[in-house]
Amino acid sequence: MAFTENKTEVDETLRAELASKGVIWTSLDFLYNWGRRSSVWPMQFGLACCAFEMIAAACARYDIARFGAELFRASPRQADLMIISGTVTKKMAPQVVRLFNQMPEPKYVLTMGACAISGGPFIDGYNVLRGIDRYIPVDVHLPGCPPRPEALLHGLMELQKKIASQEILKAEWYQKGLKREFPIPELGPHGLVPKFNPEVWQPAKKDPRREHYGATILIGKKLKAPDLEHAAAVKPAAPGAV
Amino acid sequence: MPLFMEEVQKELHAGLPDVKLRRVLNSLLLENPKDLPRVALFLKQSPKFRLDYLSSVTGADYLDSLESVYHLYSMALKRGPLTLRVRVPKNHPEIPSLVPIYRSANLQEREAFDTFGIIYKGHPDPRRLFMWEGFEGYPLRKDYQQEDVDVLEAADITWLASRGIAIPEDMKAKAAELAAAGKRALVGKPEKPRN
Repeated sequence: MAFTENKTEVDETLRAELASKGVIWTSLDFLYNWGRRSSVWPMQFGLACCAFEMIAAACARYDIARFGAELFRASPRQADLMIISGTVTKKMAPQVVRLFNQMPEPKYVLTMGACAISGGPFIDGYNVLRGIDRYIPVDVHLPGCPPRPEALLHGLMELQKKIASQEILKAEWYQKGLKREFPIPELGPHGLVPKFNPEVWQPAKKDPRREHYGATILIGKKLKAPDLEHAAAVKPAAPGAV
Repeated sequence: MPLFMEEVQKELHAGLPDVKLRRVLNSLLLENPKDLPRVALFLKQSPKFRLDYLSSVTGADYLDSLESVYHLYSMALKRGPLTLRVRVPKNHPEIPSLVPIYRSANLQEREAFDTFGIIYKGHPDPRRLFMWEGFEGYPLRKDYQQEDVDVLEAADITWLASRGIAIPEDMKAKAAELAAAGKRALVGKPEKPRN
């Protein structure tokens, strides 16, 4: 995640001296971002097993409230952060994009786990979307299967760093003509239509996975059926035999 | 002690002499799919077996034929499972439904229909279960060809263009090329079959 830290131009010694006299010298950006990053409200929204790690992160042992993100909102209208916690199936993808569109600006997305990033172990499945970043922009990718609650907290801290680096004057959600309504894919006869949104995501020119596994992806389609009729009956192993 | 399946086979032979049965591995294959409801009802009602619980209905693809596999248990006598198989040709995959006899068959038969395209005659609600309405093909059949999700097709291009989304020229050209050839973008097949 590329970002530049907001650095103050005020002399540090002057600032410390003023602070000792009870005067706080700060920038509007810092104050504004401090408020925003300290109360990131995630949306209460779980898709698969990663959701349980998210729940664990919200419980007392890991306590996401330490980072001000304990208010899991049940409505996208009140949420700042969407944690895509788990496998996004093709049937679920339109709803995920719709919920993201309903969130007010500024909004952030954190994909949690291998499935939400790329499809994970189900990447060759007929029913699983190969990463939600095909339709909506993602701020933090958090790998793991599933990531531990500490990892989720780390992802949240990375997001807080990103929020702290933003400037009001340059923030894209205050600019004119911002296009942040992402078209919702439809369920077609063979899968989702469109397969991805080229304004958000495009397939890599070089596919290391395809290079590694050869020209084709082995999707396990056997071309010969097992012969059950003449299959040798499996004999139970003799006791004591190794 | 004879196997549970052998007991069942003997009893079925005595009770329903016109039903043709064959042993396949550790299961019973019914030669005629139309016998299935009769056999199931007999096994459910027979005091010796009382197979009152249908645990699973599974589809299977054997390239030229489709199979529906049933696992029956007896909750009353704590026995089971008994595996029944029914084989139908792929071009005419019709099997009588077991929903009138076992209610638990309802969703499982819908799943087998959804993924393998086995038609269960007499099912009260023969819709797809997991895939959406309008989905074409049966994805767990061995001859199902998956789409290549990294290549846009003509339908995607028109959809995106109607919403004013910028599409790179090479993707447009690829989609036009596929449309002109009347092809779909499909995932490549392995050169050698996996066995």
